[in-house]
Amino acid sequence: MSREGVFLLVMSALPFLGALIPGLMIRAGRTACATFAAVPTALALTMLLILAPSVMQGEVIRVELDWLPQLGLSVSFFLDGLGLLFAGMILGVGLLVTLYARFYLSSDDPMGQFYTYLLLFQGAMLGIVLSDNILLLLIFWELTSLSSFLLIGYWKHLPEGRQGARMALAVTGGGGLAMIGGMLILGNIAGSYNLTDILSQGDAIRASEWYLPALILILLGAFTKSAQFPFHFWLPHAMAAPTPVSAYLHSATMVKAGVFLLARMWPVLAGTDAWFYIVATTGLVTMVLGALIALFKNDLKALLAYSTVSHLGLLTMLLGFGTKFAAIVAVFHIINHLTFKAALFMTAGIVDHAVHSRDIKRLGGLRHLMPITFVIGTVAALSMAGIPLFNGFLSKEMMLDEAARTGWAGSAWVVPALATLGALLSVAYSFRFIMHVFFGPVRDDYPAEPHDPPFGLWAAPALLVVGVVVIGLVPALIVGPLVAVAGGAVIGGGELPYYSLKIWHGVTPALFMSAAAILGGLALLWRHASLDRAWSLAPRPEAKVIFDRLIAAAVSLARRITDGAHDGAMSRYLAIFVVATVALGAVAWTGGGTPPPTRGLQPVPLVVAIGWALLLLGAVSVVVTHRSRFLALVLISIIGLMISAGFVYLSAPDLALTQISVETVTIMLLLLALHFLPKTTPIESSWFRRIRDGVIAAAAGGGVGALAYVFMLRDVDTISGYHLANSYVGGGGTNVVNVILVDFRGYDTYGEIIVLAIAGLVIFAAIEALLRGPAAARIRNTNYAQDRSRDRHPLMMVVATRVMMPIAIMVGVYIFLRGHNQPGGGFVAGLVVSIALLMQYMASGFAWAQARQRVEYHTMIGWGVLIAGLTGAAAWLAGRPFLTSAFGYVHLPPIEEFELATAMAFDLGVFLAVLGAVMLMLYSLSRIARYAGESTNLEPMDFDPTERKTDPKEGV
Amino acid sequence: MEIVVASSVAVLTAGGVYLILRLRTFPVILGLALLSYAVNIFLFASGRLATGLPPVLSRYGDATYTDPLPQALVLTAIVISFGMTAVLVIVALGAFLESGTDRIDIAPREDDAEPRESHR
Repeated sequence: MSREGVFLLVMSALPFLGALIPGLMIRAGRTACATFAAVPTALALTMLLILAPSVMQGEVIRVELDWLPQLGLSVSFFLDGLGLLFAGMILGVGLLVTLYARFYLSSDDPMGQFYTYLLLFQGAMLGIVLSDNILLLLIFWELTSLSSFLLIGYWKHLPEGRQGARMALAVTGGGGLAMIGGMLILGNIAGSYNLTDILSQGDAIRASEWYLPALILILLGAFTKSAQFPFHFWLPHAMAAPTPVSAYLHSATMVKAGVFLLARMWPVLAGTDAWFYIVATTGLVTMVLGALIALFKNDLKALLAYSTVSHLGLLTMLLGFGTKFAAIVAVFHIINHLTFKAALFMTAGIVDHAVHSRDIKRLGGLRHLMPITFVIGTVAALSMAGIPLFNGFLSKEMMLDEAARTGWAGSAWVVPALATLGALLSVAYSFRFIMHVFFGPVRDDYPAEPHDPPFGLWAAPALLVVGVVVIGLVPALIVGPLVAVAGGAVIGGGELPYYSLKIWHGVTPALFMSAAAILGGLALLWRHASLDRAWSLAPRPEAKVIFDRLIAAAVSLARRITDGAHDGAMSRYLAIFVVATVALGAVAWTGGGTPPPTRGLQPVPLVVAIGWALLLLGAVSVVVTHRSRFLALVLISIIGLMISAGFVYLSAPDLALTQISVETVTIMLLLLALHFLPKTTPIESSWFRRIRDGVIAAAAGGGVGALAYVFMLRDVDTISGYHLANSYVGGGGTNVVNVILVDFRGYDTYGEIIVLAIAGLVIFAAIEALLRGPAAARIRNTNYAQDRSRDRHPLMMVVATRVMMPIAIMVGVYIFLRGHNQPGGGFVAGLVVSIALLMQYMASGFAWAQARQRVEYHTMIGWGVLIAGLTGAAAWLAGRPFLTSAFGYVHLPPIEEFELATAMAFDLGVFLAVLGAVMLMLYSLSRIARYAGESTNLEPMDFDPTERKTDPKEGV
Repeated sequence: MEIVVASSVAVLTAGGVYLILRLRTFPVILGLALLSYAVNIFLFASGRLATGLPPVLSRYGDATYTDPLPQALVLTAIVISFGMTAVLVIVALGAFLESGTDRIDIAPREDDAEPRESHR
């Protein structure tokens, strides 16, 4: 990886890393927080400036790291001219906004949060403009939607802020979804998700039959993001955000993301009729409409928002023209719009800050009261109007020049006329901004005393305004090279068309159009009062109302569907689930052919037939008698027993051992639980319902049974041969099942013991919560004593379990030790030992046994998982992958040769985890009993004959 | 033999499905237990049936063995289904103790006014 590549990678990661800083620094004070929030941005900007010279010479810097190569997703960034321009805007304005926000936000606002969101957003934007992989670009695209949601809704106490944020997320997020589809189609046509590859295949993509769907979907993403008609309505509502957010998102970055995408995809998608008519027309309509609405907005930020919509339309239109010249003008105008619009937003924020109102009707006459703000605002607004000597004039002149040469559907005057109209309206609202805010008589009813802000607040817009003037005066010198290299990147290399960045182009049609626009705009402003009255009377659709209605309709539809399918009846969900599964299975069954059977049926000996009959009888009896719950519980154990026997017969001794011990533990658990549950199930379902459920059950059972039958009669290739061949050679054990568990698929087993451990802990925690909640009173107030046996801890059982305990443990150890070579192992041993322990609990009561228990079950679980994990990790020390096992043979004279394998240590972990989890589950349940006021016995048995004899008082 | 196993799976599945469609927690737990049996046997059967060929390597030369992999999968599945049953039992128990009823369905609104029935 080259040095430049590393720089690029670090640069794109910096904002995300930096997003952690404000949260830490906010305790050090607001200034420190802002300062440190600026550090990552400043660092990234420095890196960009270091990289800039080589990019300006036409070099493209790349870096690539694999992420998910199977999906074609890689972390690859590239920096070309267009990326440089946008990255510079994002970081540069980001820095200014950081400064501005420090002085703008009040002391009540959580500043740390603000900077964190801002840096997240900045990182996401930077990712969009630098991504060289369209999947990565999509991720960043969605990230901008999410982080802008947080920023727009930053003032959580304002309902407009929350609604605006939601609207922005719905619109831009929805567009983003469409774009995902478009990008995937595009990647599919090009055969690569690499942007550089896609950009080189413009002709193939334009010729593809999938071009139009891809185009429309991608445009939906771009248009929603860049607030193009008819998706323009979210932008003004997003103005409820704090002004620094508006200045950043809605002038320089987020809304430009759509324009960026159009520019980025220009070499691939532009140049067709579809592109021209969709993009240029949308842009033209948006430009005129936005400007028209802006003229009648009284809120300063709303005026600027619609003006932004209008200028975004202008940019879209330019890119839509599809000519190289227009694309370069667009790049130039992006720079100009950034400078004056960010300055204007900041000016609006300053006015709001000083006067406590952004309503134009309550302002006016501020030029003497706020002279600095007046100068900044006026210069920026003049540039927006397109007045000569300011940079807005230059790009607008070039735009008109291009528009004058563009025909639309055979008509030569539509585009020039509408473009002039847009420019005219733009002049009108720009001058309105100046005249109605700063000029006019000084009023005596300002909500607050107007004053110029501190330096910190006007420094950022002042800097931008200097840019406005300097670019306006000597454009070629200041931004000429940047426009050339960025424009070159947009048009995809090749010769740059002829253009010149200068003020005087001679007497051209554009000059007349410009003059008409300025004069017409001033005339409009002159008659503004009467036009305003007409405007407010004219009926027009309110986008927010329509949007809200759409959302409400979608919500109510979703609610109807959800309520219909999800009415709180779990039996209904399960029925739907089973029926759907059976239906899908049936479809699959009929869809494909079944190869003929390759195996014959095996004979059924009499003893198997008896076992089978018992199993079926057990299953049917459970269903029939399920209302008397104890009986059903007894019957279900028959099934488990028969299955264990079946495993023995069908060559699965390990399964038989496991099944029978799990069976024991399960029945104990259910018995314990049933103590606190109703003992019978009432009849609640109607006959119809029972028949319906029976039909569903029969269909499901029949389907699964048929599947199993068909499957069993056919051979398939499996990977089991590998396991059989390598079990002893590679794993050192002859019990292949155990070797699979602890070695081949040790990672699965590791996961499984963790699941079991979590289940144990969940049960412990649930009981803990239960005993603290309202259930506690119910347990205390219920009398469970009536069910209690008079001989709870019988002598015979106590003595027998004591005698059996060492034997049972010995069996457990034996099963554990031989597990690697013979049926057995950690799972079974853990279950056997827990049964041995549970017998003590049953015989003498939980309290008695618990008092004699030395190791906490939690600790046991912890050790189990830890030992298994450490055994796996030990393989790293030998330079092997996780859980690689090693084994060797040791010769000890009395015991002969035996094997030592790391798998044994892993199995020990399994053993401990299983033992701990099972015991913890049952122990937790028993806690309810003790809480219920069950007497705890101090003696191991109810009646101890040995003690009785020696008691003198009894006098036998 | 195959018919024996397949029919066992079928009956256990049918019984399990019928029981999970009941309206109280305990039958649902029983139903899930039956379904666990069925699923475990089904998985096991995917290794095809063989008698007298346990996958424990013989010392004496080449022998044939049954498929060990489904057995390993089913072994852990048995233990995990125990864990799942245990968690469900606790959930059912907690729900009953907290709410006083062991219905699995959220009662329709009009039922709220009715007095809760006693089970004891």
